[in-house]
Amino acid sequence: MLVLSPLLVPLLTALLTALLARQPVLRRGVSLLGAAALLASAILLLLEVAQGGRQSVALGNWPLPYAIEFAADALSAALVLLTAIVGAGALLATLRWGETAEAEAGLHPLLHGLLAATGAVFLAADLFNLYVWFELMPISVLGLLVLGGKRHHGEAAFKYFAVSMLGTLLMLGGVGMIYGATGHLNFGALRVASAQPELAGALPAYLGLLVLAFLLKAGAFPLFAWLPASYHTLPAPVLALVGGLLTKVAAYVLLRLLGDVFVATPGIMLEALGWLALVTMLSGVLGAAYHWDVRRILAFHIVSQIGYLLLGIALATPAAAAATVYFLFHNILVKANLFLIAGLMFAAAGHYDLRRIGGLYPARPLLALLFLVSAFSLVGVPPTTGFWGKFMLLREAFEQGRYVWGGTALAVGLLTLYSMSKIWLEGFWKPQPHDGPAGSTPAARPLAAYAAVMLLSMLILAMGLFPEPVIRHVEHATAGFWSGVLK
Amino acid sequence: MMLAISLVVAAGVMLALSRDLFRVIVGLAVLGSAANLIVFMAARPGTLVPPLVEAGAAQLAATAADPLPQALVLTAIVIGFALLCFALVLGASLVRHNGHDDSDRLQASEPVASDPLKPPLMEE
Repeated sequence: MLVLSPLLVPLLTALLTALLARQPVLRRGVSLLGAAALLASAILLLLEVAQGGRQSVALGNWPLPYAIEFAADALSAALVLLTAIVGAGALLATLRWGETAEAEAGLHPLLHGLLAATGAVFLAADLFNLYVWFELMPISVLGLLVLGGKRHHGEAAFKYFAVSMLGTLLMLGGVGMIYGATGHLNFGALRVASAQPELAGALPAYLGLLVLAFLLKAGAFPLFAWLPASYHTLPAPVLALVGGLLTKVAAYVLLRLLGDVFVATPGIMLEALGWLALVTMLSGVLGAAYHWDVRRILAFHIVSQIGYLLLGIALATPAAAAATVYFLFHNILVKANLFLIAGLMFAAAGHYDLRRIGGLYPARPLLALLFLVSAFSLVGVPPTTGFWGKFMLLREAFEQGRYVWGGTALAVGLLTLYSMSKIWLEGFWKPQPHDGPAGSTPAARPLAAYAAVMLLSMLILAMGLFPEPVIRHVEHATAGFWSGVLK
Repeated sequence: MMLAISLVVAAGVMLALSRDLFRVIVGLAVLGSAANLIVFMAARPGTLVPPLVEAGAAQLAATAADPLPQALVLTAIVIGFALLCFALVLGASLVRHNGHDDSDRLQASEPVASDPLKPPLMEE
């Protein structure tokens, strides 16, 4: 039953926090307790998977492959743990953020609903189950978007809704067609069925529909405009969770489907994915270069980082899959941390736009240090997590003779450095402008958020300084990937 | 059946590409029905034998309809309906706040730049 705990615990917490809508203190307590329980069960699950291998539960009183299966392998269990860590960090940061009472009452159930959906997507071993849980994610995010209640929140929610609904429908159509062709939805059964030669003609077309749906949800070029249009209207702690996790979940599903479940992915699809990855990287980082609002800069960087993940998927070897998964871990942590830091910059300076703020280095030296850790990680300066992720990815690209792909990834790293130094120079280094907002906001030193950022930063540092255990784990997790790819 | 699905998809796409908020929502709902029909097509449509195991038999008759896609469609309809209701309320509140239903003029979350080089300042 441990396999189900990452979705049962947050669901139960969501229910309890929704029932406690009128008791703010008790609600926060229950919410924190739920996050702690999720963290504990995720750690236990990872330990159990490390000892006993893949754990699975079949629900519905049917034998496999007809039962609804949830399974935790080394990859899923590690991602569930990261979800729990980022969820706990974001929750900690919301504690003294100064939300209105009404918004806060809705916040806790929706955050836990989002955690449950994310955990369940990582654990689902069934295509339709994956679709259902994947649907719960945008539903929670839509709820979180409209909580703010202002005009721009509603607009952001509408844009998010329209695009995400389109992705959902593509996914549903793809699932239906794949079931029609193979007669199976379970991952294990699909792996066997997709190897049948008589399906080699039709299956890639159906699979293409699914890939398109998840590319849209991941924010790949040219379907990324919804992301920087909506994310920045969320409050910073929620943005850390949403921006840190959601698009990466779609990238994980792509890796799982193409690399693990469907064994006969045609080479031309991977070739196209690789070029798409390059354009995604470039358009994300160039979009970030234009913007001055910290949240929007970081939102465009999400798009750019998704490009790296897609590149790793397109390279289609076990080593590339290991690099992709390491990069995925790094990116979830660093991105969530950077969004939290952006929130703290706002709390200290009173504005998100770099033209209106400044002087944060003398005012908040600790914050400056924490920003540097995450910014260097995002850029990929050795010995940070970003360096190891990019190093593994680029080594694989150059070994395969993909010089253009690898070279572009390097150039995008330089442009990332440009954006990060812009935030550093304008936000921390230059003196506070005279026409800027009048100093700090009432919640000037949200201690809980500082604690969350420090914990995440330490984790990032540890993962960068001692990468071997993590790399060993991801290499073990992805050893069986891409076993039957057609080149 | 395929022809019917293509017609529904075409109608849905046309509506969803409109600038009018409510047409977008209705268009996505119509597209949703098309996706549901696609899933439904996987259930061997055309047979009139219900998916019930006869008394004494251990498994379904070979000509029976496949019950699984019907269950899937039911789930998909519930999710789609919930999202549709949410979107309608959201659209109504947008129209009330803005006084128009033109999706091209929804620019509070992404203001248009007045300067050709620099992005606009977002006010909280």
